[in-house]
Amino acid sequence: MTAPTDTPLRTQAEIAARVKALESMLIEKGVMTTEAVDRLVAIYENEVGPQLGAQVVARAWTDPEFKQRLIADATAACAEMGIGGLQGEEMIVLENTDTVHNAIVCTLCSCYPWPVLGLPPNWYKMPAYRARMVREPRTVLAEDFGYVLPDAVEIRVWDSSSELRYWVLPKRPEGTEGLSETELAALVTRDSMIGVAPAGSR
Amino acid sequence: MNGVFDLGGTDGLGPVVTLENEPVFRAEWEKPAFAMFASCFRAGFFGVDAFRHGIEKMDPAEYLLSNYYEHWVHTVEHYGEKAGVIDLDELERRTQHYLANPDEPLADRRDPDLLAFVDAAVTHGADARREADKVPQYKVGDRVTVIADSPHGHTRRARYVRGRTGEITGAHGTYIYPDSAGNGGPEAPEHLYTVRFTGLELWGPQTAEPNTVTYFDVWEPYLTLTP
Repeated sequence: MTAPTDTPLRTQAEIAARVKALESMLIEKGVMTTEAVDRLVAIYENEVGPQLGAQVVARAWTDPEFKQRLIADATAACAEMGIGGLQGEEMIVLENTDTVHNAIVCTLCSCYPWPVLGLPPNWYKMPAYRARMVREPRTVLAEDFGYVLPDAVEIRVWDSSSELRYWVLPKRPEGTEGLSETELAALVTRDSMIGVAPAGSR
Repeated sequence: MNGVFDLGGTDGLGPVVTLENEPVFRAEWEKPAFAMFASCFRAGFFGVDAFRHGIEKMDPAEYLLSNYYEHWVHTVEHYGEKAGVIDLDELERRTQHYLANPDEPLADRRDPDLLAFVDAAVTHGADARREADKVPQYKVGDRVTVIADSPHGHTRRARYVRGRTGEITGAHGTYIYPDSAGNGGPEAPEHLYTVRFTGLELWGPQTAEPNTVTYFDVWEPYLTLTP
């Protein structure tokens, strides 16, 4: 049976035993607790995730003044909605248009705007995306994500090398004029806020 | 340091492998591995820059082949030993013990202060901006080149931007300098800028894709003005 965390180096049992051994020592030394693990897991499984970024995007699509504030100071605009915190202490939102497409990457590690997108998907942290997204973004978008952009659209890739956290305001899909903010938020995927898919797909 | 973690532009790594409906944590062991960051940060093992450098010092083959959260476990072990909290021989003994007894429960210690710290950290974060009375040497619109040296310790000057010229598009103020804080030094704040590089400048006319640019954040000591 294969698991998503299988590697050629160690079995799942070996990895789990090593982590548990380290955890047991950190608990005994007063550094961590199992209840802190449970709390952090509950936060990032249930509370902080891409549904929060989607709410921000839907509001920006329906409220031009909010959108202006979001582009000018994303951290402050998100704080209006009670959204912010760890790994999003200073956020910058990049607006996609008919002529400009933005996408984010972290070539050196795995920097990602947790308060609006949650913890990153595994592919964002693995070598292939980090290596290729700066060198051949058109190819990555087209071949790996099925998202073909014409050459006339400038692709801007933001490599998150500092503690500034970038994320993408995707274009509002056509034909959504009558939708409510809640219905619009349902169209905003994690991938559209990373910049590897349009909003409204999947 | 020059290492495999500095992946921008590397070839031969295959396709991006995505997984539909991937859970936030893909295995039970990823949960404590993730929680160790906040707990050990509070215990003073590391700041975020030193945390990253501990990962960068992993065996490069293992870095590429292991799970992402195994990187976190590695840096926690590294700094735990430095802090005198983790004895690596004892860690190995316990690993063998839990291999034989995987379901043995962990001690149920309580620490309300740690829970309060976790909640505050998630809500408020840890801002890297630091006030400093340094006058910025560059401004938006300046053409700058990233100095092409290769420091041995932690740095955020990725190899693919070294020696490359671009235009400053953002001047953000002063922030903790990773090249100091990540190497055990003081926070030593420096001005931070965003620089826009064309694909042509980074990858050359034979390779660059049409109409692409990359934005990269740099601290002032990385830069030199280019007329």
